[in-house]
Amino acid sequence: MKTSNTLKKLYTVVSIIVLIALAFCFVFPLYWIVTGAFKTPVSINSPVPDWIPKELVLDNFKKLFSRQTAPIFELGFIKGPMAPAAVRWMINTVFMAVMAMVLTCLTASMAGYALAKKRFHGRIILFTLIVCAMALPKQVILIPLIREMSALKLYNTIWAVILPTVGWPFGVFLMKQFSEGIPTEMLEAARIDGASEFKTFTDIVFQMVKPGVGALAIFTFINSWNDYFMQLIMLSSTSNLTISLGIAKLQAENSTDFGLIMAGATLAAAPILIVFIALQKYFTKGITLGAVKG
Amino acid sequence: MAKGVYTTRSKELVRRETASAYMFLLPSLVFFIGFVIIPMIICIYTSFFDSTMGKDAKDVFIGFGNYIELFQDGIFLKALKNTFVIVIVSVPVVCIFSLWVSSVIYNLNDKVLSVFRCIFYLPVVTGSVAVTVVWKWMYNNYYGIFNYIGKGTGILKTNINWLGDERFALACIILILLTTSVGQPIVLYVSALGNVDNSLVEAAQVDGANELQLFWKIKWPQIMPTTLYILVITTINSFQCFALIQLLTSGGPNHSTDTVMYYIYYMAFKMFRYGYGNAMGVVLAIFIAVLSAIQFRVAKER
Repeated sequence: MKTSNTLKKLYTVVSIIVLIALAFCFVFPLYWIVTGAFKTPVSINSPVPDWIPKELVLDNFKKLFSRQTAPIFELGFIKGPMAPAAVRWMINTVFMAVMAMVLTCLTASMAGYALAKKRFHGRIILFTLIVCAMALPKQVILIPLIREMSALKLYNTIWAVILPTVGWPFGVFLMKQFSEGIPTEMLEAARIDGASEFKTFTDIVFQMVKPGVGALAIFTFINSWNDYFMQLIMLSSTSNLTISLGIAKLQAENSTDFGLIMAGATLAAAPILIVFIALQKYFTKGITLGAVKG
Repeated sequence: MAKGVYTTRSKELVRRETASAYMFLLPSLVFFIGFVIIPMIICIYTSFFDSTMGKDAKDVFIGFGNYIELFQDGIFLKALKNTFVIVIVSVPVVCIFSLWVSSVIYNLNDKVLSVFRCIFYLPVVTGSVAVTVVWKWMYNNYYGIFNYIGKGTGILKTNINWLGDERFALACIILILLTTSVGQPIVLYVSALGNVDNSLVEAAQVDGANELQLFWKIKWPQIMPTTLYILVITTINSFQCFALIQLLTSGGPNHSTDTVMYYIYYMAFKMFRYGYGNAMGVVLAIFIAVLSAIQFRVAKER
C-alpha cells in the first residue's frame, strides 16, 4: 500500500514535468511567429536560431504594409481611398467572420428551438439529414458550390464564403441541444397568456439559450476566420482576399522572407487569439455541449 | 363524441404547430438546402459526367467512367494510401495523447487546468495558415531550428531537407497535424473525466481496487461515448488534411504527401476536371461514412 502510494506520487510528479515540457512545445510555434515578426533580417537569416532576440524592429510590418494597395472598402461602384492591402484583408476577414457569426446565431437559434420544442411533420427526417450532413467532409461540396456561386454572381465576393458557412448545420444541432433544456411549462404559460410565437421566442427562448448562442458565436467566428480551403477557392482578386489567403500568397511569392511572412501571420493570428483567450470559458462549454448525445 | 372533438382539435393543433415550426426553420433551411444539400446532390450528379472546363461546352454522360478511371489512377491510389497512413497514425495517437493529458490535468485546480487546456488549444485557434508558415520555417533546410537542434545534439550529421525528402515529408506533415488536432479532444476528455460517477469510484476504492483497475473497470466505460465522438471527429479531421499539404509540399516530392483532399483540389482547380474531382469527393465521403459506421459498431459491442 505504501509503495503504491509513493509510486503514484512519483507518477504524478513525472507526468506534470512532462506536461510542462509539452506545453512549452505547443506554445513555441506561436512564440516563434511573434518574435520572428519583430526580428531583424540578420537575426532571421542566421543559421544559429536567435532564441531570445535582443533587438526588435518594425521593419517587417512596414514592408508588409507597403507591398500592395487596395481600396479600403468597395460598395457597388463606390470605392474608398487606397490603403495597404493587408488592412483591406483584415477588414474583409472581420466582416466575413462577424457576418457569418450573426447570421448563424440568428438562424440556428430559431431552427434549434423549433427542432427541440415543436412536434411537426418531417421533424425526424430533417434531424437525420442534419446529423448525416455534419458527418460528411465539408470540402466535397466545394466544387459544386463554385458553380452555384458563379451562377448567383457571387463568385469572388466575400458572400461566397459567408453563405455556405451559415448553411453548415452544426449550429442548428448545437442550438437544439441547448433548447432541450427549456421547460415546456414556461412555453405553455406564455401561450396561455396570449403571447405571440415571435414574442415567446424573443422574450423566453432566446433569453434561456443565451449561453449556447455565446458559445456558437465564438465557435463560428473562429471557424470562419480560419476556414482556409473555402476562402482559397472562392476568392481571387487582391482586394477581396482574407488575411489568411493574403499570407498564403505572400508565402508563395517570397518563400524565404520569413520576417515578412511572420509579420503577416502575427496579424492574422492576433485578433483571433485575443477573442479566444478572453472568451475561453464559453467556448469550452460550447464544445462539450455539442458532443453530449452526439 | 368528446373524443372526436379532442382529435379534431389536436389535428388542428398539429397543423398549427407544424406551420409555426417551419416559420422558425425557414431562414436556416434556405441556407442549409441552398448551400449544403443542393451542392451535395450536384456533386453526386456531376460525378457521372465528363465535365471538363474548356474542352466541351456541354458535359458528357459517362456513367461510372470517372469511378473506373479513379481506381486505375496510380496517383489517386497513392493519395488514398497516404490519406489512410495519416488517419491510421493520427487517430490513435490523438486519442491516447489527449486522454493521458486530460487524466493528468482534470483534477488540478481550476486556474491551472484552464491554462493547460488553453495552451493545447492554441494551435487550433492560431489558424492553419499561420501555423503552417511557421512550421515551414522551422523545417527549413538552412534556417530551420530542427536541423540546428539535430546537429547540435549530434543526431544529424548534415542538414536534412525535411519537406523535400520523400522519406520524411509525410511524417513531418503528420507531426503538425497532431499538434493542431489534440485541442478539442482534451477539452472533451477533461469534462468527461470530471463527470465520472464518484460513488462508483469510491465503492471500488473501498473494495481495494488499484488505480489501473479503477481506470479500466470504472472510468473507461463511462467515458466511452466521449471516446467514440473523438474517434469520429478526429477521423473526419485527418481525412480532410489539406491546408498543410497545399502550403508546404503541394503533394510532393514524388507524390509522397498527396492526399485525397489535395488531389481533389488539384484535379478540379488546376486541371479543371470537375466531374472527376466530384467522383473523388463521393468516394471520400463513402470511406468516411463506412469508417464512422465501423467505429460506432465496435463501440456499441463493447
